[in-house]
Amino acid sequence: MIWRSKMLNAKCFLWLLLTVMSASHYVNAQNDGSEQNQNGRAGTFAIVGARIVTVSGATIENGTVVIQNGKIAAVGAEISVPAGAETIDGKGLMIFPGMIDANTTLGMAEIPLGVPGSVDSAETGSMNANAKAIKGINPHSSHVEVARVNGITTVLSTPVGGTIAGQAAVINLIGSTQDEMAVVREFGLMVNFPRLSTFGGFGPGGRQPVDFGEAVKRRDTQLEELRKIFTAAENYIRAKDAYASDKTLPYPATDLRYDAMAPYIRGARPVMFNAERERDIRAVARFVAEHKLKGIIVGGQEAWKAADELKKNNISVIYTNIYNLPVLDDDDYDSLFAAPAKMQQAGVKFCISTGNDGAEVRDLPYHAGLAGSFGLSREDALRSVTLYPAEILGISDRLGSIDVGKVANLVVTDGDMLEPRTNVKYLFINGRLMPLTSRHTRLFDAFKDRK
Amino acid sequence: MRKSLAILVLMVISMISPALVAAQSQTAVLIKNATVMTAVRGTLENTDILIQNGKITKIGKNLNAPVGAQVIDASGKYVTPGIIDCHSHSMLDSINEGTYSVTSMTRTRDVINPTDITIYRALAGGVTTANLLHGSANSIGGQNTVVKFKWGHAVEDYPIADAPPGIKFAMGENPKGTNSGGRNAVPRYPRTRMGVIETMRDAFLRARDYKQAWADFKSGKTKIQPRKDLELEPLVEVIEGKRLVHAHDYRSDEALNLMLLADEFGFKIATLQHGLEAYKIAPEIAKRGTGVSIFTDSWSYKLEAYDAIPYNAYILWKNGVVVSINSDSDERMRRLNLDAAKVEKYGGVPEEDALKMITINPAKQLGIDKRTGSIEVGKDGDVVIWTGHPFSVYSRVETTIVEGEVLFDRSKDAQMRLDVAKEREALEKLDVNKADKAGGPPTRVPTEKRLADRDEAEYGDGGKR
Repeated sequence: MIWRSKMLNAKCFLWLLLTVMSASHYVNAQNDGSEQNQNGRAGTFAIVGARIVTVSGATIENGTVVIQNGKIAAVGAEISVPAGAETIDGKGLMIFPGMIDANTTLGMAEIPLGVPGSVDSAETGSMNANAKAIKGINPHSSHVEVARVNGITTVLSTPVGGTIAGQAAVINLIGSTQDEMAVVREFGLMVNFPRLSTFGGFGPGGRQPVDFGEAVKRRDTQLEELRKIFTAAENYIRAKDAYASDKTLPYPATDLRYDAMAPYIRGARPVMFNAERERDIRAVARFVAEHKLKGIIVGGQEAWKAADELKKNNISVIYTNIYNLPVLDDDDYDSLFAAPAKMQQAGVKFCISTGNDGAEVRDLPYHAGLAGSFGLSREDALRSVTLYPAEILGISDRLGSIDVGKVANLVVTDGDMLEPRTNVKYLFINGRLMPLTSRHTRLFDAFKDRK
Repeated sequence: MRKSLAILVLMVISMISPALVAAQSQTAVLIKNATVMTAVRGTLENTDILIQNGKITKIGKNLNAPVGAQVIDASGKYVTPGIIDCHSHSMLDSINEGTYSVTSMTRTRDVINPTDITIYRALAGGVTTANLLHGSANSIGGQNTVVKFKWGHAVEDYPIADAPPGIKFAMGENPKGTNSGGRNAVPRYPRTRMGVIETMRDAFLRARDYKQAWADFKSGKTKIQPRKDLELEPLVEVIEGKRLVHAHDYRSDEALNLMLLADEFGFKIATLQHGLEAYKIAPEIAKRGTGVSIFTDSWSYKLEAYDAIPYNAYILWKNGVVVSINSDSDERMRRLNLDAAKVEKYGGVPEEDALKMITINPAKQLGIDKRTGSIEVGKDGDVVIWTGHPFSVYSRVETTIVEGEVLFDRSKDAQMRLDVAKEREALEKLDVNKADKAGGPPTRVPTEKRLADRDEAEYGDGGKR
């Protein structure tokens, strides 16, 4: 009817078209988080005349980085641009390796509070060794784009539910499928290590304390349960191995959960333990030694105090406490800002992570920068979110610094990447030039000129 | 040893009393040779600031130190006004009176605790003033208190006497109570946004009737004196424009509905608190002269926060709205300077306007801009000395001064650590701290620190944001 009316003219049609277009844009902005993240475009690129902060070696002034077939093909001051390369003028710009956040639930917790349907990070039950983050990550989570446009290109996404929470995945923040994102599909086994706590749940008047002796007993019981799980898994694997070499033995029934623990029990992959206070960290160190594991501490507030045992057992720390308050009233006001510097001094291998659900992973540079204002050198602050996490995650052969042959995850900025006022100008992941758009830029565009 | 730790912890906590912080009682402080970011009149290089009897008396070059003045060499350093946090629950021993949905009779000033260590930590992050708000569990919450962080002082020194009174309102998921589990799971009206706005309308209709009843009594029209109503009195003050409304809201529709309700009853909302979607209705907000106090970039932690964008500050600023950046968190409070820095990046708010968002703008929103929020002669001596530009992540607070008193100083803090360590060592040797098996007294159960430092309705995820 409307189409046939006399009202219809070109102007009206245009207005209608615009209305329909902006309405669809609005609908897109209001959707459930499936942003259909864009994957950029491949090509041969040369960023010319920039300051290259390689992280692994000396910073190169007025240098060139060539990106080809997804890799860093050349880095240096005297590099010739290959024929057919797209050239980006790097004058006044800096190039950094993409940042790596080594402890998040990114992609598994779109809206943590009040929308349980969007949360896949915590499986129920206490023994979830076979739960794999790579099967729970939503490649189209809006957190992916928001994190990467601030220079974070790789994260470890970790299950969090139960005593044995499941297996964490290292992913690049690019890809339409989980497999396209994967860097290390099954990196580490997350264990919520029993900690000593006098918290006895909520009751009349708020938090209820339990007797300290009771708390010790509770922790010991939980630790014993954890020990039983590991011992059972060890026995299971021994039985499987025995059967493999002697088929006359009875065939041991397969248990998915113990099967999943095999690479971790064998020490082929690391087990990650949540622990903050010195006593709990030392308990982890003893547990790691007892079961001959490859251990990583997640959290690590007082890791520097347990440096001896951590070093002895080759345990590194994914530190997640920059945006946390000191626990005790008499802790130094800056104790959690200064902890990375203390770990560095004590020779503990560490990296800095947001420990965030996903939405605030974008703040990773400021976590590192704050450690940089409380004792850590600026160089080490930068390493703590690039090369150090790459080393801890076992991917430093591919990521974490600007070296020939590494994956081209690069951030081109107009200043120090750890500074909050710095802008990302270009972003490459897997050598693809990425759009700098996100749910936020789209909403900004939709409303910035509303009168 | 382990058991004695409990007692030790208790004793050490009691040691960190405000008395340990040596309050500077000198009447004059002269800060020499700083880069001074005034927040209102640009940045002044190589400039001195003289603070006498709590007030800024001189700003200039080569000022002479009055006799007895404490002189601070700030060469190579930056000075800003003390940061003002327009949304905080620091110092409060309780935050939400959650039983009714209208609790306008309650007052945060009845529960402020001057020994809360978060005060000292906030000072160490450059915060000198805070708006201590009731929580957001109620459509109409309690009365707020605007305080200076006068660490070491008695409780009565904290509230700013001439700050206009205010009250907390809340819209959306929190007053609906739909995110609260566990102990807060008892359903309470309202349960929807429809119910929240009607709860407010009902309260204001009752307040209007109450006002009329008093007017009738005072004019002699009626003979029976109305009963004094502590719930409605503050709402009458709101209608009369004598009490500022700080309204927690997330979605643009609920914020607009509240402003329309205020229009209906003839008052103005002083601030939209959080206003995560305020950018969607910036012209409507600007038209009413309502301020907005935001997080720079928190988002996605609940559904009503899903459309929050870091460009919120820019769009509001461009529309002429007075914007402040708050923390709503004792943790975030320590790095508000970095949250202000971010708004330069997201959209391009100029440096001084970004600084205003944590200084003079919250002062305006709280009605205390005549006394604090900028570095100008005649204002309170609330200033922060930074090791570098306050918007750099590598800068630290060196010294924080409140009304001329040095209440945080990094070098003094270092000395205090040594003192605490010494005292701890001495305490550990006392008989009373021996383990019971080693002849000490029976082990006492340590009390967990109260968890009142944040609005739990806001941080259902354990504050890990």
